[in-house]
Amino acid sequence: MYKKLRLVLFFLFSSVAMLQAQEINLLVANAKAKIEKVNDYEAWGRMKTNVAFLKVPVANIKVYFKKPNKLKVKSEKGISFIPKGAVSLNMSNILGENNYTIIDAGTEKIGNTVLRVAKLLPNDENSDVVLSTVYIDPVNNLIRKSKTTTKENGTFELEMSYGKFSDLGLPDKIVFSFNTKDYKLPKGVTFDFDDGTAQPKPQDVKNKKGRAEITFNSYIINKGVSDAMFK
Amino acid sequence: MLNLLQIELYKISKRSRTYIAFAAITAIVLIFQFAFKADGKSYMNLMLQSVQDSFEIDKSKAINGYFMCYIILNTLLIQVPILVALISGDAISGEANMGTLRLMLTKPVSRTQIIMVKFAASLIYTVMLLVWMAVMALFLSLFIFGADDLLIFRVKGEESQILQITKDDIMWRYFAAFGYAAVALTVIAALAMLLSIFAENSIGPIIATVCIVIVCTVISNINVPIIDKNVKPWLFTSYLVGWKGFFYIGTTTDGEPIKGSLENWPAIRNSLYILLAHIFVLVGASIIIFKRKDILS
Repeated sequence: MYKKLRLVLFFLFSSVAMLQAQEINLLVANAKAKIEKVNDYEAWGRMKTNVAFLKVPVANIKVYFKKPNKLKVKSEKGISFIPKGAVSLNMSNILGENNYTIIDAGTEKIGNTVLRVAKLLPNDENSDVVLSTVYIDPVNNLIRKSKTTTKENGTFELEMSYGKFSDLGLPDKIVFSFNTKDYKLPKGVTFDFDDGTAQPKPQDVKNKKGRAEITFNSYIINKGVSDAMFK
Repeated sequence: MLNLLQIELYKISKRSRTYIAFAAITAIVLIFQFAFKADGKSYMNLMLQSVQDSFEIDKSKAINGYFMCYIILNTLLIQVPILVALISGDAISGEANMGTLRLMLTKPVSRTQIIMVKFAASLIYTVMLLVWMAVMALFLSLFIFGADDLLIFRVKGEESQILQITKDDIMWRYFAAFGYAAVALTVIAALAMLLSIFAENSIGPIIATVCIVIVCTVISNINVPIIDKNVKPWLFTSYLVGWKGFFYIGTTTDGEPIKGSLENWPAIRNSLYILLAHIFVLVGASIIIFKRKDILS
């Protein structure tokens, strides 16, 4: 009797697990299908950088993307500090290759939306990406948030808000969080004016997180982008 | 008075040492410009260090005319006091050395007028030196390197910071900085002139001025709390670099620079007042001492 019950329960749980795996695979596939409608784009936006040691103005930027994974962020004028992990700004660069295993990591509520969490484990051991976690809106098949841990450049976090271009999986706003190292100038090179306002350095400044907030104004989609833009 | 000033300026223009300072500034600026044109990226790599691990930065844009001028001023404004002392230290002692001081005092001109005219001539020389520096370091650099945003690398307390000033918000800061530098260097001119009253030849006051500036600058840069609190506020050299305050742009709580703003205008203003007070005291002391001095040479 117990043996039969155990067997039934085993098949039941296995079936549920398989169904869940199929469901999360389908969700990732749907979100990816949306993104894959875009072959290339040129986007205009404003980037606000928030890093403890950087006092830089809001930059007008241009973002170029071309399949499979070419992405370039350029400042329209002036000097810009573009976070190096900005290459992950496009979800296509994360979901583009199918060379990963998807694991269902349950749900998480962000704001009023319940999101499905999927962890993408690269199958290639030499890949720079160690783990990507994507938070998918199951109703609209949109990725609202992602976390990417890399071997070389730490962890990047993206939070996306969608508007006009949600049909193509292109966000109106991206909040990009990344790790920054402590910045220390070589001693004796600056001869600074001491105006008496210097405060003791807070303890948590080392390896503080940086944030870049990009608000897109417009996109030109699938009209072709020259390879020269990515040099 | 105006005639006297013209005579003083004529005398300064006829001295070959006057042009040493202009030649030195020209040489230093040209060397800097050549070095940065040839390999400015190495300097940028040194300044940006760990920032480059997290950010992509177009270093060729960062090395522009405005940045060059800031780097040159950062170096030159520490050396220029020596060049100012070359002329101001010669103001009275030069006359004594040549034996023309007594002759000068036989003219119907008061001793106060003589000091004021000597001081005014030193001031004009200082301003001319700064104008030349502006032409060479700012305008020539802009011609060679072009204009773009200015990056300021700064140590504030224990923190290192990078400030970015957009190119349309820079020029007025340079004019203000050169104005401030004129006041700061006038303190040196007034000090050298005061010392020149005591000497019979120019070498003594010039060397004494340079030594005072060097000693005070070293003390101003020693980071010892007891000196920071009790000694630095009284040294004029602590305020010589106050021109940099015009490049410390004010920021929002998010760290975004506010165009046209200064981080700490009251500190710059107070520094200016202190420097002006130094000038007033040094020129006043020069007048009093010179009036009482028994001229024997």
